[in-house]
Amino acid sequence: MAFDIVQFLESIVKLEMFDYLSKVWAGDVPSWLINGVSDIAGVLIICTFNLLIVLFLIWFERKIIARIQDRIGPNRVGGRYGLLQPVADAMKLMTKEDLTPAGADKIAFNLAPLIVVVAALMMWAVIPFAPGVSGTNLNVGVFYILAISSVSVVALILAGWGSNNKYALLGAFRSVAQLVSYEVPMIMALLIPIILAGTMSTQGIVIQQSIWYVFVVPLSALIFFISALAELGRTPFDLLEAESEIVAGYHIEYSGMKFAMFFLAEFIGTLFMAALFTTIYLGGWRGPGAVQYPILGLFYFSLKMFFVYFLFVWIRGTLPRVRIDQLLNLNWKFLVPLVLALILVVALVSKTMEGAEEWKTAAVLLLSNLILGLLALDFIRRYARQQRSESEEVVEVEETIDTQTVTTAAH
Amino acid sequence: MTITIQQVVFIIISAITLISAWIVVTDRNLFHAAIALMASFAGVAGLYILLDAGFLAASQLLVYIGAISILIIFAIMMTRRLMQTTESPYNSQWRWGILGALLAFILLAVLIFQTWPADTFAGPAIVSPATLRGSVTDLGEALVSVDQFVLPFEVASVLLLAALVGAIVIARPEDSQ
Repeated sequence: MAFDIVQFLESIVKLEMFDYLSKVWAGDVPSWLINGVSDIAGVLIICTFNLLIVLFLIWFERKIIARIQDRIGPNRVGGRYGLLQPVADAMKLMTKEDLTPAGADKIAFNLAPLIVVVAALMMWAVIPFAPGVSGTNLNVGVFYILAISSVSVVALILAGWGSNNKYALLGAFRSVAQLVSYEVPMIMALLIPIILAGTMSTQGIVIQQSIWYVFVVPLSALIFFISALAELGRTPFDLLEAESEIVAGYHIEYSGMKFAMFFLAEFIGTLFMAALFTTIYLGGWRGPGAVQYPILGLFYFSLKMFFVYFLFVWIRGTLPRVRIDQLLNLNWKFLVPLVLALILVVALVSKTMEGAEEWKTAAVLLLSNLILGLLALDFIRRYARQQRSESEEVVEVEETIDTQTVTTAAH
Repeated sequence: MTITIQQVVFIIISAITLISAWIVVTDRNLFHAAIALMASFAGVAGLYILLDAGFLAASQLLVYIGAISILIIFAIMMTRRLMQTTESPYNSQWRWGILGALLAFILLAVLIFQTWPADTFAGPAIVSPATLRGSVTDLGEALVSVDQFVLPFEVASVLLLAALVGAIVIARPEDSQ
């Protein structure tokens, strides 16, 4: 097959450039070389996209937060909108001195920023960007994501311990407690779409979603969203770095590019969670005409992903930080029991409705989700009321004691 | 004999696994030993991936690196004096140990080559992609089907549940009344 520029451009629009090139070169170049080069190119494209998009995300986040707080935000560097501000920031970070604190464990201290970025990038391997386009279509895609995200916990400990700083270590302990706790409701919330789709492959879950799962199991989507916020350590769960309490958490001792690596991993991780939410609950690349023109699928996917990212930023600009006991109570006493009940309900409904039309199953699931959600809300309301009346009683008792002491003193 | 890419990858991953395992037992700094242990676990996960066992590899990462290594690191952090050990990790029996290991290795090699002679060994069987795709489903069904592994699975579940309840009972603050 001869090279043809029109067909080449067409293959780019269809997002199958490498398939086309391997057809063109089929006779001349050995196939393992083509496969190897296309694999490496795919890895490079995904990684470079992620590393570059962070520059935009920083600008986006600062601008939105500024708007929410009635400020203008960055507006000097790079024209009217301050678009080049993150580039300037990155240049500044690169020129900073690379400090290693005295008494630091050098291996752990230098390994942590590497692991944290590599783990954040590796998770993108299974995200389906468009029909048929993903790094690799693993049959254990969701499980793979959970496995890699558990590795990034290790990096936090290495950073906290290696820094030889008590605040860094405290921050690392907090991070581990929070990440390990919130992994539980997150994994169990992800189990529900897996039950519905009957596969753990991310591409498979997207294909199964003729109705977006956010409309079928909204409770699962909500629980996943909350635990994703906590996993990322974003407001209102940003106790990990809580500037006013422990300065900056586990990365307090890092400077220059090493600090930038943690920053980078945080933004890549947030965008990844948005992509995962899109894939699992918002139908991924699904949209009109996406199957014929994969590039439209890519467009829909990006649109949904950035919308979810905007939700993350919006919440950051709106809610105050929770306390550590509130954080753990919310997790273990509310989210985990709720998601366990939800798994039971969903499994029962999808088994009893087996063979029924899809929209009927979806309607029953939606209804059961709403009922369960309302029950949970009612439970929270009662619990809060009880807590409040108890604390009022305590205050009353203290007041009577005070008056008694006063009267005895008067006698 | 030509060396395929897979063999090269296998040699690299095995080297990582073995060298970091060597560091685990020889490094005096326990924290560094724990890091090397993680690298060794990761190498084993790489071997699983090479065998097309994605589920096993992910489990390996999740359980060994995500849970057990963190537990080990916390245990090391709680016992800080262990970090400053000065005594050698070898004892006086190391010469005899090497001899024993060598003999065991020769025994294994002889056994393997007797059982599967090299000329009849046809390389790993090619598993069809369909089987691989269904392997997680097969695994799940095997765990809950009556004629396969449902009894060990349930026994393990009950054991874990008992351990969970036990942990809660131990961690509970005593009643103030």
